[in-house]
Amino acid sequence: MREKGWKEIPIGGLILEAGNAEEYKTGTWRTFRPVRDEEKCNHCLLCWIYCPDSSIIVEDGKIKDIRYDYCKGCGICAAECPVKAIEMVKESEFLKKGEE
Amino acid sequence: MGKIVGLTGDETAAEAMRQINPDVVAAYPITPQTETVQRFSEFVADGEVSTEMIRVESEHSAMSACVGASAAGARAMTATSANGLALMWEIVYIASSCRLPITMFVVNRALSAPINIHCDHSDSMGARDAGWIQIYSEDCQEIYDNVIQALRIGENKEVLLPVMITFDGFIISHCTERVELLEDEEVRDFIGKYKNSYSLLDVDNPVTYGPLDLFDYYFEHKRQQIEAMEKAPPVIQRVGEEFGKLSGRNYSLMEEYKTEDANFIVLAAGSAAGTVKAAVEELREEGVKAGLLKIRVFRPFPVGKICQVLRKAEAVAILDRSASFGAQGGPIFLEVRSALFEEERRVPVVNYIYGLGGRDISIQQIKGVYRNLQKIADTGKVEKLVDFVGLRE
Repeated sequence: MREKGWKEIPIGGLILEAGNAEEYKTGTWRTFRPVRDEEKCNHCLLCWIYCPDSSIIVEDGKIKDIRYDYCKGCGICAAECPVKAIEMVKESEFLKKGEE
Repeated sequence: MGKIVGLTGDETAAEAMRQINPDVVAAYPITPQTETVQRFSEFVADGEVSTEMIRVESEHSAMSACVGASAAGARAMTATSANGLALMWEIVYIASSCRLPITMFVVNRALSAPINIHCDHSDSMGARDAGWIQIYSEDCQEIYDNVIQALRIGENKEVLLPVMITFDGFIISHCTERVELLEDEEVRDFIGKYKNSYSLLDVDNPVTYGPLDLFDYYFEHKRQQIEAMEKAPPVIQRVGEEFGKLSGRNYSLMEEYKTEDANFIVLAAGSAAGTVKAAVEELREEGVKAGLLKIRVFRPFPVGKICQVLRKAEAVAILDRSASFGAQGGPIFLEVRSALFEEERRVPVVNYIYGLGGRDISIQQIKGVYRNLQKIADTGKVEKLVDFVGLRE
């Protein structure tokens, strides 16, 4: 997202649209990334219930994906998972592999 | 044309508030501001205003309540002095940063310690970088006139900044003077109704006030505040002229008193300006071409106007009623001297710190300042750049 100049933004730090927190991707704060093992996962949805950032994407009652845009890597999902299907992996590991 | 009455400074401030009839007033009592809010709360109790009066437990809460009220779209006012202003410090910055045109009387009083209830400008001068417009009043009439103009200035869409109206504690706040009042309707027509662009109570157009703002946008928001201050002088000038048409009393960023042909000019803010005028009168009778340049608006600082008036002078003295500890002189001195740096001809400028903690300053002492300016002009030498008036060695 292009950062705007001082003449282009509302004064006083006002936010004029409701719900625009979605545009502010906070996932860059993450140090550990939760990685789900599809084979181990039993789709109990506990991670979805516990995730404080709504990062667990569910479709038709099943875990579809983890959305990393807002995931800060808190690790609650991995801690709560009863079948140990989520592993917290250091972001630096992905950097080494050249992945985003 | 309204009435001519005898009122103290505090009573004048309260009377102006009655005519303004603000939506919300939140305040906590502190000497010498107390009678302003005490008198106004009587107006509230007697039903003479429709103001929601919030009696808070501290000045920090007073300004917080004003911030909330103003963000909701209310016209909010408060008043304080010295330690009270110090206690509301955090929210003073938040009010200006959220661009909320709150109006506040600061009845100038010395900051503790040692504890002192009398006048100096250490309180409001300490808040000079807080992003508020600052207007200093010389007497009771100016308190009245300044606050009525303050609403129009702060609420102007080009400006949208809170405004501080100051007047000297006890010297003015507790001194009865002749004040010309406008009719209630005249005041209400002049100030109009306040409508803010983004109200917290407008549920159809929800907005967020005061969100987190880090290294990515905070700087840009501060730049906007600088811009608002730069837009303010022509607005202050226009409002002053319009008020002049209504009241017969014209206002500008500064007041020039016999500066036209003056060789020696003294700058002062607040009630001391009146004492300087008396000294100028006596000196003029003695054949000395003395003049006064009165600082009315200190924020935004009227650089251009100051240079224009001072560049012709032989010598200039700045009276500061506060010290800036560790700096080269008082706050007004530093700014005036800096403003004159770009001038082709170098005008000698000296500083006199006076009146701390309510210490009186006399006509004789001010004449002494003018005599020193004469000496500087005659010898071409400045012996003391920063000196003190009325201080015992």
